[in-house]
Amino acid sequence: MKKSLYNYILGIADNSLILGQRIGELCGHGPSLETDIACTNISLDLLGQVRSYYQYAAKIAGDGRTEDDIAMLRKEREYVNVLLVEQPNTDFAYTMARHFLFDEYHLLFLTELKKSKDMTLAAIATKCIKEVRYHQRFSSDWIRRLGDGTEESQNRMQAAIDDLWTYTDELFHQTDADKAMVSEGIGVDVTKLKNAYYEKVNTVLEESTLTIPESKYFQKGGKMGIHTEHMGFLLAELQYMQRTYPNMEW
Amino acid sequence: MTTTKNWPLWEVFVRSKNGLEHRHFGSLHAADADMALENARDVYTRRNEGVSIWVVESKNITASNPEHNGEMFEPAKDKVYRHPTFYELPDEVKYM
Amino acid sequence: MSEEQIRNLEKQFEERIARDEKIEPKDWMPEKYRQTHIRQMSQHAHSEVVGMLPEGNWITRAPSLRRKVALLAKVQDEAGHGLYLYSATETLGISREEMYEQLHTGKAKYSSIFNYPTITWADIGAIGWLVDGAAIINQVPLCSTSFGPYARAMVRVCKEESFHQRQGYEIMIKLSSGTPEQKEMAQDALNRWWWPSLMMLGPTDAESVHTEQSMKWKLKRKSNDELRQQFIDQTVPQADLIGLTIPDPDLKWNEERGSYDFGEIDWDEFWQVVKGHGPMNKERMKARVGAWERGEWVRDAAMAHAEKKAERKEKEAV
Repeated sequence: MKKSLYNYILGIADNSLILGQRIGELCGHGPSLETDIACTNISLDLLGQVRSYYQYAAKIAGDGRTEDDIAMLRKEREYVNVLLVEQPNTDFAYTMARHFLFDEYHLLFLTELKKSKDMTLAAIATKCIKEVRYHQRFSSDWIRRLGDGTEESQNRMQAAIDDLWTYTDELFHQTDADKAMVSEGIGVDVTKLKNAYYEKVNTVLEESTLTIPESKYFQKGGKMGIHTEHMGFLLAELQYMQRTYPNMEW
Repeated sequence: MTTTKNWPLWEVFVRSKNGLEHRHFGSLHAADADMALENARDVYTRRNEGVSIWVVESKNITASNPEHNGEMFEPAKDKVYRHPTFYELPDEVKYM
Repeated sequence: MSEEQIRNLEKQFEERIARDEKIEPKDWMPEKYRQTHIRQMSQHAHSEVVGMLPEGNWITRAPSLRRKVALLAKVQDEAGHGLYLYSATETLGISREEMYEQLHTGKAKYSSIFNYPTITWADIGAIGWLVDGAAIINQVPLCSTSFGPYARAMVRVCKEESFHQRQGYEIMIKLSSGTPEQKEMAQDALNRWWWPSLMMLGPTDAESVHTEQSMKWKLKRKSNDELRQQFIDQTVPQADLIGLTIPDPDLKWNEERGSYDFGEIDWDEFWQVVKGHGPMNKERMKARVGAWERGEWVRDAAMAHAEKKAERKEKEAV
């Protein structure tokens, strides 16, 4: 039970960590100062959530590891985030599409997690959901702007959606930890979120004059620790200090 | 298609807490009103400074011209009878 | 207007400033006042925005989650401060795009300190401690400068920046009380950032061209040399406290002056960097120009979308 709960928390936290790290890369390089500031706010929200989750995970593990040990000192195969969130900031369309495809899921997920029997998780979810509601508003607005903007922006946004679509199905795969926690009334049954998710996503895509991808081929693996080639480089940066200077405080 | 139009300038007014008026906080650039509101939230209320935001595109503000300050504002200067201190009260009346 | 009328207006204008009255954007002002303010304020804004880059360089590699969020928040503040300052400058009749153009073509300057590389984590500490420390000394007096929008922007900036220097100094404390390797990292960063930080306060008074006029307009309250002395006097004890050594063999307390004497600054290096030949000048501009150009289609799309939306709204109303 303890082990499952620990793994379950990592499953939630790793998504926010990796996405927060990705969007944080943009700070100082966005299309306008205003957008830069907004994206940084999102990164700060996510990393704040991450700290709450890992602190809780560290408490459960009870083996002396800190939030940072858990966040920064695992091997690539031990990170269980979905493949979607590790995809690079190819251009601003990709960045926003990745966000949007995750935010819609995140919102549905947290709405359910609020009802968790685990009071800590329920409390974190209650706090996070307000932040994520704003993320969803922000990213879906950008889907509309870029989808229904210029010809170039529409092409780019369509390309981003088409490419990232393949990573959406994994959001609804259940891990062993998921199953264990669902049966305890602690975890969220993600399989039940799928229909609502595609309905919401499709509505925004349609409003944005974008085509809903028809591909039925999906990628999976992140939740099992099998990542895309991008992940190693992301971790190389994330872990650089902790790996180069082990056992030090900063 | 490339437009060379830049995002217009907006003025941001923030109410810090209920009971206070909206106050001019600054300006920013945004493509439309929705974006201006979102940007204002991210730029001007990062430290919990607000509970309500107004945005208005700067070009929609009509401002008085300081060159006319003489006729605009000086005539109000000597209308002392608009202020309570203009009126004399007997010392016995302490509060009025 | 006749020359005499202008002289008259200028006289009244200078008197207003001397009386500590604020100048607002629509007020009459001498053309030189406008141009000087556009130059200094946009330079200040550019410095904030270019200043995001050396620190932003460490966001993805910050050693702990706590440090990562603090750094992100700090770099984000710099974007905000750039934005406040660009907006304040726009009230003088120049657009943000024109200011960017000046930055990107090298016509406008920014603080040369940001042309040095951040090569270790300790550099993030050193920047917060020294560079923000020097910046605060420069900026606090600007809160009461004569041009209203600039003064108001600076009040906001100074209020928000109060955590920046602490953030940096805290990193240095942690490093100098850590392992020998960490302490060495901190000392190395201090060695590299000390002299550029002193240069940051500007050329010596003898070589400074704008000082007298700037004093009158309250763009400056103290001379560069006075500010530099203030910075040194306040920083040396902070270094002592955490056991770091200021890399200046000539540094010593002067009882008589009640200040530290210090060694010769390498002004050749300063001018080299100002003229665009510092270690990172080209990289910094490449990053700024790159972000702006990569963002063009995004900004265009947002405008196109806004116009479509407005049109649809109009049609609905009919």
